[in-house]
Amino acid sequence: MSKKPSKGGAPALDMTPMVDLAFLLVTFFMLTASFRMAEPVVVDPPSSIGQVDLPDNHIMVTIDEKGRSFFGISNSTAKMEALKEMAAKYQVNFTPEQVVKFSGLPSFGVDIKDLPAYIDTKEDDRKKFRGPSGKGQTGVPLDTITPNNQLKDWIAIGGKKAVETYLAARDKALEANQEFKAEKPRYAIKCDASTKYIYVKDVVKTFTDLKIYQFNLITSLEGGGTVINPTK
Amino acid sequence: MAEIQEGGGGGHKGGKKRAKKQSTRVDMTPMVDLAFLLLTFFVLTATFSKPKSMELTFPAPPPPDQKVDEVKNGITFLLTQDDRIFYYEGQFRAADDEKGTKTVLSELNFSQGSLHKYLLDKSKVMQDAIKALDAQHKNNQLADTTFKRLVKERKADKESYTYLIKTDDKATYKNVIDVIDELNINVVGKYVMVDIIKPEMDLVNEKIGATSTTN
Repeated sequence: MSKKPSKGGAPALDMTPMVDLAFLLVTFFMLTASFRMAEPVVVDPPSSIGQVDLPDNHIMVTIDEKGRSFFGISNSTAKMEALKEMAAKYQVNFTPEQVVKFSGLPSFGVDIKDLPAYIDTKEDDRKKFRGPSGKGQTGVPLDTITPNNQLKDWIAIGGKKAVETYLAARDKALEANQEFKAEKPRYAIKCDASTKYIYVKDVVKTFTDLKIYQFNLITSLEGGGTVINPTK
Repeated sequence: MAEIQEGGGGGHKGGKKRAKKQSTRVDMTPMVDLAFLLLTFFVLTATFSKPKSMELTFPAPPPPDQKVDEVKNGITFLLTQDDRIFYYEGQFRAADDEKGTKTVLSELNFSQGSLHKYLLDKSKVMQDAIKALDAQHKNNQLADTTFKRLVKERKADKESYTYLIKTDDKATYKNVIDVIDELNINVVGKYVMVDIIKPEMDLVNEKIGATSTTN
């Protein structure tokens, strides 16, 4: 500009629009951000051309490369209900605080007898977790021969509760004449690319024993998605 | 940044009487710093894309007393260690009999695209038929529903192949997904995951053993 600065100082710059924009973006990201705790295992799924989004409402079994399986339910209400029923079935006591804390956890991979101690463990210490039984995160037990197939019970009870929660929410929305968009819960399997298929087979067998035949296998998008692996 | 200095300077110039008058301008720098810090944090932690998935239906186990039907036009993939795939066509035969000769395994691989080529070759007849239907559909000679029905029938008819995927205990999950993915890319008619049987496993082991000793 032709106008010379009248004084020696730097010219005044109106930062208001920039600040407006910055705060607008901050607000947007804050509202859209969903915070999740770190998953107990890092799993790098294989790539495929599959284009189906992972349903929001899902029951997921994660299998890591060593074949350990981890169980998780996306809906926190269903998760709490499932824990209560599992606790009654396996006669493990959970305090109400533990039940609430459990609903915020991502997937877990411990025997139900170790679960109360696992819930009380601080997030940073979970990697080194050793339960009362001395076992760490060895995966949810899924012995397909002996009756100790906890994964099967988790899937059966978790699935039942997830459907109940879904139906309750739908009825509530219908009564209030609101639009209801949520989907029915679906079953998902997330598995590391280098996992031996026999481990997956065991999990699939657990599902098919419960007459669940349809799954969403989680894959990264073809062309190699970036995998951020904090352990490496 | 400049504003405060200027304001201060102005105050100074205005003489002693005006020196007490406070500048109404607020230094926004720390606020902007904070805003951008938060912005950077949220941008970096945000996950935009939901994970993608692949829908797959596993077969229900057949009732124990039911006799297993012979698969017509079946192609069986046997997945094993080191990303290797073996395949055979038709029914499995442990030895020569009146219906055919003993099953011989051939090999395919993922890396050089031989699996892709093989599937393309096998599904060519079906693909061409579907393409012809598609052309008719585009020329408005076929209704939408008829077209969909015909494509479905074509995929399920007797001339199209049924692909069976079997794995031994050394195959990885990645191999399975890769094969299914390749089948999806080639829009084959039907594919299914099946448990491997002992004679097939023996044949695969024989094959691996044979190649590993020659290497």
